[in-house]
Amino acid sequence: MVSIAVFAIISLAGFGFFAWNILKIRSNIRLGRDLDRSDRRSERWKTMALVALGQKKMFTRPIPALLHLAIYAAFVITQIELIEIVVDGLSGEHRTFREALGGFYTFMVSFIEILSFLALIATFIFLARRNLLKLPRFNMKEMKGWPKMDANLILFMEIILVSCIFTMNGADEVLYNRGLSHATDLGDGSLGLSVSSYLGPLLFDGMSDGTLHTLERIGWWGHIAMVFSFLNYLPYSKHLHILFAFPNTYYSNLEAKGRFTNMESVTTEVKLMMDPTADPYAAPAEGAAEPQRFGAKDANDLTWKNLMDSYSCTECGRCTSSCPANITGKLLSPRKIMMDTRDRIEEIGNNVRKHGKDYDDGKSLLGDFITEEEIWACTSCNACVQECPVNIDPLAIIVDLRRYLVMEESKMPTELAGMLTNIENNGAPWQFSPADRLNWKDEA
Amino acid sequence: MSLHVPTMAEMMAKGESPEILFWVGCSGSFDDRAKKITKALVKILNECKVNFAVLGAEENCSGDPAKRAGNEFTFQMQAMMNIQILEGYDVKKIVTACPHCFNTLKNEYPELGGNYEVIHHTQLIQELINQGQLALKGGGTYKGKKITFHDPCYLGRANDVYDAPRELIKKLDGELVEMKRCKTKGLCCGAGGAQMFKEAEKGDKEINVERTEEALETNADIIATGCPFCNTMMTDGLKSFNKENEVEVLDVAELIANAADL
Repeated sequence: MVSIAVFAIISLAGFGFFAWNILKIRSNIRLGRDLDRSDRRSERWKTMALVALGQKKMFTRPIPALLHLAIYAAFVITQIELIEIVVDGLSGEHRTFREALGGFYTFMVSFIEILSFLALIATFIFLARRNLLKLPRFNMKEMKGWPKMDANLILFMEIILVSCIFTMNGADEVLYNRGLSHATDLGDGSLGLSVSSYLGPLLFDGMSDGTLHTLERIGWWGHIAMVFSFLNYLPYSKHLHILFAFPNTYYSNLEAKGRFTNMESVTTEVKLMMDPTADPYAAPAEGAAEPQRFGAKDANDLTWKNLMDSYSCTECGRCTSSCPANITGKLLSPRKIMMDTRDRIEEIGNNVRKHGKDYDDGKSLLGDFITEEEIWACTSCNACVQECPVNIDPLAIIVDLRRYLVMEESKMPTELAGMLTNIENNGAPWQFSPADRLNWKDEA
Repeated sequence: MSLHVPTMAEMMAKGESPEILFWVGCSGSFDDRAKKITKALVKILNECKVNFAVLGAEENCSGDPAKRAGNEFTFQMQAMMNIQILEGYDVKKIVTACPHCFNTLKNEYPELGGNYEVIHHTQLIQELINQGQLALKGGGTYKGKKITFHDPCYLGRANDVYDAPRELIKKLDGELVEMKRCKTKGLCCGAGGAQMFKEAEKGDKEINVERTEEALETNADIIATGCPFCNTMMTDGLKSFNKENEVEVLDVAELIANAADL
């Protein structure tokens, strides 16, 4: 009885705190500007199925993709076993489904065990890649400190989680062999699970019945405790991508990558300028929305999709490792752009909740997090966008930051100011007369 | 052979209208190197008797570098002026020899009211050859030569055009060799996003040097590309390796025009 109550309380608290944190993130994302992505639904479902569920873009790098797939598949399939754990936990039964499902139960749990075993191997390799091989993209400037720790913590949690599963099933197997398991004895002599029916006897054979019962319980409670810890760690971690990959790919930009967004507010102004009948002194229409800042200075000037992107980033660094600016030693790192955006919108969200909507902490994304040098190093080549396994678009943020600098502050490299003046004066980025445009025709 | 380059205004005066507008672009009009690409394309168009025209003095920068630099005002002013002119001539189809103009006209003009079928010149040339309008003489112009293709970002990743230029190169009697980073993984030449018009930020290498190094690793005799900016960047890159006399940077249009003996 006590254990049922403890289990119920842990579950409620676990899911409740998680939900509370997710709602907080949702409200942070909604601090962003409007953007309509409610169109082309079937295409969006398809993108999500291929990119998030099917991990299509991961497979451009096959080895990490396979390792990642092992962990991902184990994670997804384990959720089925979690149903049983919850039912067992609340009913006080043990392996509730085994008798009813029969051979299918053995197959399912065996499948989970195999995937968990593969996941365990993958986890060790991932740890080695980060800490022993020191892959460059995991050890760049922006990864120092918390991000590195975050990545390792997740991998350690994964190891504990899988170890708990095997301790639970392994100890139970030995107990079952002895006819002492709490699972209903079907007279088959073994639980028949793919990994633990070998691993259990190997590790626990000589132990006393009491020790085995304790181990089995440690495995069971350890597993569920890890599940809830993990769940509640997610909102604080880059690992949130396991959930956000789905909405984030659903709301992907489906246009050609080369197409930059059109700024409606500018279109209105330019149309007025070109309209000879427009009244330059006309007062804005009644109820017209307050003019927004051109481009983005702070994280809440970005669209909600940019912000969702930042929460979906798992800091894998494929963007940065393919960025021509970064490769040649420039300050720009698309991954850092995403990490900065997330850090800043978290800060803004906390400020709004603590001090109200109009609170100004005197900081901004551009300046305090991202420098001008970084955004001017971008060649807009779309390599980062192409590489991202969950369709994050760092370029959109970079462009919006440039728009703010150029249109609100007139701050840009001098050569660019010259280029823009040329376009405005003579319709070409260089100083040539439009009358000479066709001279090439008669040149030898 | 003198080039036949009618302007839209001349055609209109004669009561004619061309099938396709050749959008020359600022590089193609003013840059000495890019002008050669423009002429190569015109030779192909003339040879195939394509009914085309240019805007001449009425053409204006598409606004691409302004938009990438973050100046949406300048971009939209340019776009709207251009759209008015294109509307005046009732233009339906446009070919450009510059992926930046191509991308802007194709993707960014529709929202401002300019709707056209826009194709890159490699796509048009491919069409002409496939329709049998242009024959490559096979005179051994590129016999035994290795040709590598550098994907322009605004043609490749930005618009998913990877095949047209490669199909054209395969029609030559040379050999197409790929760089390690090609197609979706192609490395930028360093000129996009208005970088063409400014010095690069502080770093430990120039992007065009990194890319040229990669092209040289293929032992190619020719670096082919389909963008005037890429052409400039790769040519400069070769100079930094003192290879400008050994390796040539050519636009796909030039390769085809040479192979067709134009």
